[in-house]
Amino acid sequence: MKQIVIISGKGGTGKTVITGAFAALAKDKVMADCDVDAADLHLILDPEIKQSHVFKSGVTAFTHKERCDGCGVCKTVCRFEAVREDFTIDPISCEGCGFCSLVCPQNAIEMKANTSGEWFISDTRFGPLVHARLGIAEENSGKLVSLVRQKAKEIAESKNYKWIIIDGSPGIGCPVIASITGVDCAVIVIEPTLSGLHDAKRVLGVTEHFNVPVKVIINKYDLNCDITEKIERWFKDKNIKILGKVIFDKAVVNSIVEGKTIIEYSNNQVTKTLRTIWRLLEEELERAN
Amino acid sequence: MIISVASGKGGTGKTTIAVNLALSLSNVQLLDCDVEEPNCHIFIKPVFENKNTVFIPIPQVDSKKCDGCGRCQEFCAYNAIAVVNKEVLIFPELCHGCGSCAYFCPHGAIKETNKDIGIIEIGKSGEIQFIHGKLNIGMMMSPPVIRAVKKHINKKKTVIIDAPPGTSCPVITAINDTDFVILVTEPTPFGLNDLSLAVEVVRKLKIPFGVIINRSDLGNKKTDEYCVRENIPILMRIPFSKKIAEIYSRGDSIIETLPEYRENFQRLFENIKQGKNWLRIK
Repeated sequence: MKQIVIISGKGGTGKTVITGAFAALAKDKVMADCDVDAADLHLILDPEIKQSHVFKSGVTAFTHKERCDGCGVCKTVCRFEAVREDFTIDPISCEGCGFCSLVCPQNAIEMKANTSGEWFISDTRFGPLVHARLGIAEENSGKLVSLVRQKAKEIAESKNYKWIIIDGSPGIGCPVIASITGVDCAVIVIEPTLSGLHDAKRVLGVTEHFNVPVKVIINKYDLNCDITEKIERWFKDKNIKILGKVIFDKAVVNSIVEGKTIIEYSNNQVTKTLRTIWRLLEEELERAN
Repeated sequence: MIISVASGKGGTGKTTIAVNLALSLSNVQLLDCDVEEPNCHIFIKPVFENKNTVFIPIPQVDSKKCDGCGRCQEFCAYNAIAVVNKEVLIFPELCHGCGSCAYFCPHGAIKETNKDIGIIEIGKSGEIQFIHGKLNIGMMMSPPVIRAVKKHINKKKTVIIDAPPGTSCPVITAINDTDFVILVTEPTPFGLNDLSLAVEVVRKLKIPFGVIINRSDLGNKKTDEYCVRENIPILMRIPFSKKIAEIYSRGDSIIETLPEYRENFQRLFENIKQGKNWLRIK
């Protein structure tokens, strides 16, 4: 079983569209949507939820006013500016360290467990999907990502599947790190803009830091062919394989509107290129065995 | 006034709006709080004058004083300390820097040292004061770097904050305590789904907000219908144009190439300023 994660650094370069295409093209696979902050893969995979679970993680401080004598020690120790003037807690700023609760001489601060989100195992027309929804304004998205990946792995192992296809999140921080560690290949989707290249270089730094093998797709490459060339040169110099270049086509937007993957929606140039890309990726990863 | 620009979904045009708004106004401070992937500098090409390192305090154990009692591990809410065979192991990337381990160690064996997790750069681009933060590669937690950028807020200026995508801690740290949030979206099912999540976040924080629909002629009408239904003001629409996509791709600003947009951004700012009270959240 091999794990492939689709990442980008910059948002909006086409991660979910490409994940959806791979879901349609790959055989014997489970999908995992690890963009738990703003998950979108379900919008084109139309999952039928089979299991839903509450994700509990972390704690938040709560002041019992009737016990508080206003000594203010909590405020002096809190480093997250989460204790208000009246010694109640701003739950948004609280990071759940528990320092205030531990120092409170009146035992007036309780650490309450958070319900940080939900996660689901679903059926889709392409196979099982593990996905999640982080609670509004909650933290610990990295832990939820790890949980989604763990469940996807259990499904893949029990059904003897060949692939886990993971939709990653933008950025380089905790959810991204949780989604790339230990995968067989990270596919970086880059758009031909200076921001796209800048951000791809930073996320490449993260994959290198965690020793994750990388391949690249340039998406909407014809929006700026000069920058596309620059990206190709830059990655070639680094000896990183460019799997292919996908043309810009408004049909991609229309496919999303219809709730379909681009593969199902049209047999246009985008679909053809993505078929070739998937075949290439499959071959390369099988060869790496 | 502090205006933050956020989105839920990435790549909808936050940076474009933040940069062009900043370039259209006077007496402005632009803060790039997308410290994982900061991009504003590509467009406004600032000259940096100062650079600071952002640290978080992490524990360091004096093995001469430590008897391996394991109290520190009990106090750590983040599993950043493990005591194995009376030896204390520290995992700095998990540490939030709360300081409770050092405070509670019965033997005074823990002192805090600084670990650098990012940098802040301060500079200028024309009249704009520009500050951005960059999270170091391999670091998990961006909020301390975002907070460090926001320490430089100058309330005498109009402050524009470019926020990261998503709906969790980094976004909240960036938009918390701002006066108005512009949510930038695109009228696709992905854009709308993530917009509705972002709206929930902004409502939870009780900050007035409005929406800009970028590439407004692609996709469908559902985003418009959603905004009407939810009573959310649509502040601006920018139709898709290959010209704008191309301007963006090479790191130029819209208003330098298409000056008619300057007035649109100035009007946007006036509308936000005047609407400040009637846009209060239900």
